[in-house]
Amino acid sequence: MSASPAPAKIERGTITKKGIAADHPTWCPGCGDFAVLAAFFKTLEKLQFPQENIVTLAGIGCSSRFPYFVNTHGGHFIHGRALPFATGVSLGRDDLHVFVFGGDGDGFSIGGNHLDHAGRKNIRLTYVIMDNFVYGLTKKQTSPTSPQGFRSKTDPTGAIDRPTNPMRKLLSSGATFVGRTHATQIKHMMSMYERAIAHDGFSVVECLSECVEFYKGAFDAGIPRKGGTFDIIDEEEHDVTDMAAALALAEEDWPGKFGVYYQNEVPTKNALEQDIIGKAREKTGGASDLDLIKATFASMK
Amino acid sequence: MSTEASATPPRSEERIQDAVIRLAGNSQDGIQSIGGFLARLAGRSAQEVMTYMTIPATISGGPSIFQVRMGTGEVLSAGDEADFLVAFYQHSYDNHIAHLREGGVLLYDSDHVEPVESDTHYLKVGVPIASLTVEALGGSTREKGKNIFTLGLLSRIFQLDVVKLRGIFEERFGSKSEDILRNANLAFDAGYSYPIDNVLDRYYSFLAPEESGEPQVTMDGNTAIVLGLLTGGVRYGAGYPITPWSTIMEMLRSQLPKYGGIFVQAEDELAAVSMAIGFSYGGRLAVTGSSGPGISLKLEALGWASMAEIPLVVINIQRGGPSTGLPTNVEQSDLLQAIYGSHGDCPRVVLAAQNVEDCFYTALEACKIAREYSVPVFVLSDMSMASRIEAFDEPDLDALQIEPKLDTEDRSEDFKPYPLDKITRHAPPGTWIEGGKFPQVTGLEHDETGHPSANPQMHVAMMAKRRDKVKALADSLPPSEIYGAQEGDVLVVGWGSTWGPIRETVVREHSAGKSIGHLHIRYVNPLPNDVDAIFERYTHIVVVEMNDEGLYGYGQLATLLRAKTCNPGIKSLAKTDGLTFKIREILKGIQDLTQ
Repeated sequence: MSASPAPAKIERGTITKKGIAADHPTWCPGCGDFAVLAAFFKTLEKLQFPQENIVTLAGIGCSSRFPYFVNTHGGHFIHGRALPFATGVSLGRDDLHVFVFGGDGDGFSIGGNHLDHAGRKNIRLTYVIMDNFVYGLTKKQTSPTSPQGFRSKTDPTGAIDRPTNPMRKLLSSGATFVGRTHATQIKHMMSMYERAIAHDGFSVVECLSECVEFYKGAFDAGIPRKGGTFDIIDEEEHDVTDMAAALALAEEDWPGKFGVYYQNEVPTKNALEQDIIGKAREKTGGASDLDLIKATFASMK
Repeated sequence: MSTEASATPPRSEERIQDAVIRLAGNSQDGIQSIGGFLARLAGRSAQEVMTYMTIPATISGGPSIFQVRMGTGEVLSAGDEADFLVAFYQHSYDNHIAHLREGGVLLYDSDHVEPVESDTHYLKVGVPIASLTVEALGGSTREKGKNIFTLGLLSRIFQLDVVKLRGIFEERFGSKSEDILRNANLAFDAGYSYPIDNVLDRYYSFLAPEESGEPQVTMDGNTAIVLGLLTGGVRYGAGYPITPWSTIMEMLRSQLPKYGGIFVQAEDELAAVSMAIGFSYGGRLAVTGSSGPGISLKLEALGWASMAEIPLVVINIQRGGPSTGLPTNVEQSDLLQAIYGSHGDCPRVVLAAQNVEDCFYTALEACKIAREYSVPVFVLSDMSMASRIEAFDEPDLDALQIEPKLDTEDRSEDFKPYPLDKITRHAPPGTWIEGGKFPQVTGLEHDETGHPSANPQMHVAMMAKRRDKVKALADSLPPSEIYGAQEGDVLVVGWGSTWGPIRETVVREHSAGKSIGHLHIRYVNPLPNDVDAIFERYTHIVVVEMNDEGLYGYGQLATLLRAKTCNPGIKSLAKTDGLTFKIREILKGIQDLTQ
C-alpha cells in the first residue's frame, strides 16, 4: 500500500476537510465506501469535536481499512472483534468519541455474537456497517447478507443459505439506535450519522455500499436515477420507539425503507458502571488506592 | 509429623513440628472452610501453612478433599502423606485411607463410616460427627455445621488458640447474621467439648514458632494474583468464566469499582481479550485471563497485541488438558502455548509464579514489564496454587503500590507509535500530536507511523524491534539464584508450582550431604541469560514439570532448555496424573535419571 504524502500540518481546535483526511483509500475506483468516508468527513467537520478525542476503529475487510484513511487516533483490529475492542476503549475512556467501521462479514458473520452483546450492554459508540452483500477483500465469496441465488466462488451455482436480515438482527441485538442508509445518498447518510452520533448509547447504521468489483448493481433498486426507489421512513407515521413497528419495517420487501428504524433512551453500560463506581467510592469514603489495598491485606491477616 | 522431644512434656501431650491433616468429604460439606480457618489461624500464629484442595467438576456434591499442612518452620509442600485423616463418609475413608501414614490417626464420622476393623496400621478415632452436630444446632439444620464441629474437635486435639479462632469466626460470620455466628459457635463448642480423651490418648501441640517480625497474611493463589494486579495499578479488565480462573474475575469485579475501575464479564473469550486490549489501547493497562481452552480462544487477539505492541497482562490458571481434559486437576502443559501460541512470530513475556506469595509478586511484576516494554505478559499459575492457601509476610505496600496514570500529555511533531530505534510508547486517544498527524495502531505490518507496509526490509526491521525488546528484558534480569550446591552432581530445575516439592526434596538431600542444587525459573520467556553457564557446572540437570514427556521424551521446559543450551546433561522428569509432585516421586525420578 502506498502511503499518501503527509497531510498538511493542522492546528488544534478546528477540523478541516484537509486535516481529517489521511492516506488515500485503497478501495477500487467506484467503490461505495468512498462516499461513506466523504460523508463521515463532512459530519465531523460539522460537529467539530476535538480531533484528538475522536477514535476510529475497525476489524478486517475492505471497509475495515477505514481508520487508515481518517486522520484521528485509529485502531485496525482483528476480524470480527472490532466491537469488543471498541467496548474496551469506550468503557475505559468515556471522554472519547468512538467510531467503528466494518463490513457485513465482520459484523454479521464472524463477529455476529458481539453485535448481540454490544447491543445488550448498550455501549456508548457509533457503528457503521458498510454492507455490500459480498466478501470483497478475499475476492467474491458468499457473505451472510448475500441473497439466495447469488453466484460467488463459494456458491458457484448460487447461494442457498437464507441471508441475515440486517435490520432484524440489529433490532433484536438490543441496539438502542438502528438506522439504515445508502451510500449513494450523501445527505441522508450524513443525517443518519449525525443522529447516530447524537444518540447516547449503542447506535448502529447499516449503509448499503456497493462493491463494483464483485457485486455490481446490488443496490440499484434503492437508487432513483437507476430506476429504483429511495423510500425514506416517515417519522410522523412511524414511532421510532416502537419495537414491533420497527420489526415490521425490517420485514418489508427489498429494497425496504431507509431512515431511523428504532431509537430508545436506555441507560448505557458506560453510565451504569459509573454508578457502580460512584457507590463503591461512596462506601469506602473515597479512600486512596493505597488505603484500599492496605485494607484488603488487613482483612487477610 | 516430625516430633521432637521436649524437656518435660506433659504426659498426654506430644510436641510436634508440623502436621498434615487431610479432610475428605463432599464438596458441599464446607470442608474447605475448615481448611481456610486453620490456614488463617496458622497465619496469625506466625506458623507456616500450606493447603491442597481438590474440588469435583460437578456442580454440587461429589467427593472433595482439603489438605492442610501446618507447622513450625518453613512448610514447602502439602505433604506426601497425611498424619491425620478426617473421613466424613465411607467413600472418603475408602479413597483416602491409603494416604494416611503408618501410625497416623483416622478421625471418622461414626454415623457414616465403618473402618476395616482388622487394619491396625493407624489409630482409629470414631466420633458421631453428623448426629452430634444436629443435636447441637437443632433439627432444622440437618448436617450443616459439621465442618465447624470438626474444627472444634481438631482445635481440642491440636491445642489450637481458641480465642484467635473465635475472632476469625466473628470476622467471617459476624457481618452475615447473628444466627450464623451463634450456630458456628454452638457447633464449635460441641466439637471442642466432646470427650475426645476417651478415644484418643494424647493431645498435640505445635512447637512455638520463631516470630518473623512481619505480619502474616493468608490467602490463596488466585487472591494473591488479584492483589498483585491491584497493587500493580491494573484498574480495567475483562474475562469469561472458566474454572479455575473464575475466582480472579469475580474478585476483580467486586474490587475494581472501589478503585474507579471496571471489570467486564464478556460474552466469550474472544470478546474478553479484545475488550482488555481496548482498555489498554485507551491508555489503561488491563488484564484478561482464563484457563487452558479459554486461552486458546484468545490467541489470535494476543498475536495482534504483540504486533500492535500493546501492554496487557494475561493470566492463565492452567488445568489438565487438552480440551476440557481434567478441569479440576493440575497440569503445567500450557507453557509452550504461552510462549509460542498464536500465529506468526509474536514475541511476548511469560512469567511463572512459584507459590502463593509469588503469585502476588509475579502479577505485580507483569504489570511493570507490560508497561515498560509495551508488550503482552503472561502470568502462569495453575489449579494447585489457585485455591491453595498459604501464609506469607505482608508485602511492603507503601513501596510497591503503583498509581496508574493516563498519559494524554501532548506529543511532539516527531512522535511515532513504532520508532525503530526505541521501545514503543503509545499515545492513547485523547492525546494531541503537534502538527496533527495521529497514530494508527495496527495488526498489519506497518512503518514507524503505524501505516501498513509490506516492504520486506521494514518487516525484518519491525520483527527485530519486537524481538529485541524481549531480549532487552532478559539482559535486565537479576542473576539466577540456586539453592544448595552451586555446582556438582545434580541441578534440579523447575518452574511454577513445583517449587515447593522440589525445594523440600533438595533441602532434604542437600542436608543429607548430597551434591544437589535447585534452580527455579520464574522468567520462562525470555529465559535468564545465565542458565547456559549455570548448567555447565553440573553433571546432571533434572527438569521437573507436570506435563507430558512428548514425542521426544522431554517435558515442555526441558525441551526449551535443550534448545537454548544444547546441554546434553538435561534430563526430563515429567508426569500427567493431575496431581502435584510428591517428594518421593521427585527423589525416585532423580535417582532413576542420574544413575
